[in-house]
Amino acid sequence: MTECAIRLLNLTKRFDGEQEPAVSALSLDVPRGRTVALIGPSGCGKTTTLRMINRLVEPTSGRIEIDGEDASARPVAELRRSIGYVIQEVGLFPHQTVSQNIATVPRMLRWDRGRIDERVAELADLLGLETEQLGRYPDELSGGQQQRVGVARALAADPPVLLMDEPFGAVDPIVRTRLQDELLALQERLRKTIVIVTHDIDEAVKVADNVALLNIGGKLEQYAAPDDLLHSPANAFVEQFLGEDREMKRLALKRVGDLPFERGPVLDLGAAPAEARALLGDARSEWLGLTQDERFAGWVPRERVDTAATLDALPRELPAAQVHPGSTLREAMEVIMNSRTSVAVIDDGGRFGGVVTLEQIRSELARRAS
Amino acid sequence: MIAPLQAQNPIIRWSWFIDEWDQVQAALVQHLELTLLALGLGLLLSAALATVALRYERGAPPITAGAAAFYTIPSVALFGLLVPYTGLSRATAVLPLAGYTLLILITAIIDGFRSVPAEVREAASGMGMSPRRRVLTVELPLALPYIITGIRIATVSTVGLVTVAAIIGQGGLGRLILDGLRRAFWTPMTIGASLSILLALMLDLAIYRLGAAATPWTRRRGA
Repeated sequence: MTECAIRLLNLTKRFDGEQEPAVSALSLDVPRGRTVALIGPSGCGKTTTLRMINRLVEPTSGRIEIDGEDASARPVAELRRSIGYVIQEVGLFPHQTVSQNIATVPRMLRWDRGRIDERVAELADLLGLETEQLGRYPDELSGGQQQRVGVARALAADPPVLLMDEPFGAVDPIVRTRLQDELLALQERLRKTIVIVTHDIDEAVKVADNVALLNIGGKLEQYAAPDDLLHSPANAFVEQFLGEDREMKRLALKRVGDLPFERGPVLDLGAAPAEARALLGDARSEWLGLTQDERFAGWVPRERVDTAATLDALPRELPAAQVHPGSTLREAMEVIMNSRTSVAVIDDGGRFGGVVTLEQIRSELARRAS
Repeated sequence: MIAPLQAQNPIIRWSWFIDEWDQVQAALVQHLELTLLALGLGLLLSAALATVALRYERGAPPITAGAAAFYTIPSVALFGLLVPYTGLSRATAVLPLAGYTLLILITAIIDGFRSVPAEVREAASGMGMSPRRRVLTVELPLALPYIITGIRIATVSTVGLVTVAAIIGQGGLGRLILDGLRRAFWTPMTIGASLSILLALMLDLAIYRLGAAATPWTRRRGA
């Protein structure tokens, strides 16, 4: 097994009649089982680069290796059948049913009927398509469903590599977010080598393990993990492309579960009031959190604690501010902003999982990404 | 000059129709044969010429211009022009008739293939479909609605034109019409013309039905 599934070496593409090359001397390694996003302003050659990988565009010079093998040495039809291809306009065949569309590559590979049917059913299940929809024509489906079929069709022959050209560019933002989440979940299971072209930096940092930021003419400006890219842009161009709110974008990459555990000013109902008063003094908190059987039970204001004989008799205000270990820090921050206690409580499958504070988020952002 | 309608020369005399049924039937069969031969030949030629026009960008204008120029030649003149070469044969009738379908059919085929969305072609190629397989299994079916419409128009116009072929002795329903004209007798004219209209409508309906059966996806759109 080679580490790199796809390796671009000094790749250049010069289109006929054009002064400047569309892509010039681009070298890039795509690790196996990882998702790499190609992003950049229009004219940066990201789509041309993608199309060179499955040879819809032939490079002027340079090389593409797939699994260590020169792509130009393989018969083009065979090469393409081993690479899933998803495009923004989907390009489903309007005259074929959903299941016929999905079966396109297996049919070309002459799989037998039974195996094809089995595979179609499996993919429908994987992408959340209903059996009833398999007999429909593409025009009868919504945009989001069509793109799911497009992905199913690309995955039909189980190719190790998947190329996606702005796959979610044509659907509305809500569906786009859902499709991105589905892609992440799918990738969690399938571990394909994915190259995805996008013009949306939020999409790139969300779905990709590595982001390649290209400038006009296919010049690679930076190739890094999303957090590195956002935290330390290599130059002014990258910084400008990422936008003013790049630190905020980083928040969307990190999860509450990744933070070090912090219990916060929280005690069990059975604890002594003196212990509570000491804790509130140390934490300089206006609120005391109470748990019962390891479940969060509510907040009590400090002045009540000061005069209480026992903690369990105090009237509690139930927390509105809750997050889960899977919530992003961006979501946690929103929750904190809207909470009276300035703290978000982590609900870890019903159990009290600690708290999140703004201070914690700030120090996490300050930490250099690994 | 045809005699005006009179009591002894009604628009149709049914007894003639019954007595001369054999003749009418033969004319109808000949008419159908000429129509189908002309359409078949026209379709073959159009497919070949449209293929060239689609493959070579610069081929399309001269090919459609040529077909359009052919279309402007009056049919009576063309039949006459061919007689010295091909005699009073069936070929003399079929060749011009086929020629008249070219403009409609070539345009329909070109429009049909050009209607195939670019992304469909892109997806097909990107999945490793050979150009031949792509044309036959993806582009041709998608072009069919246009081609079928073209065939329907060509069919209706050919059925009408076949009546003219009677002047070079190729029979068909045109012979009944000519016969009536010569004898100033309404009945054969009426029957010849009516059957020609009926034949055109029936063929049109048949092709429409066949086309609908061949393109089921076009009817379930927007469900």
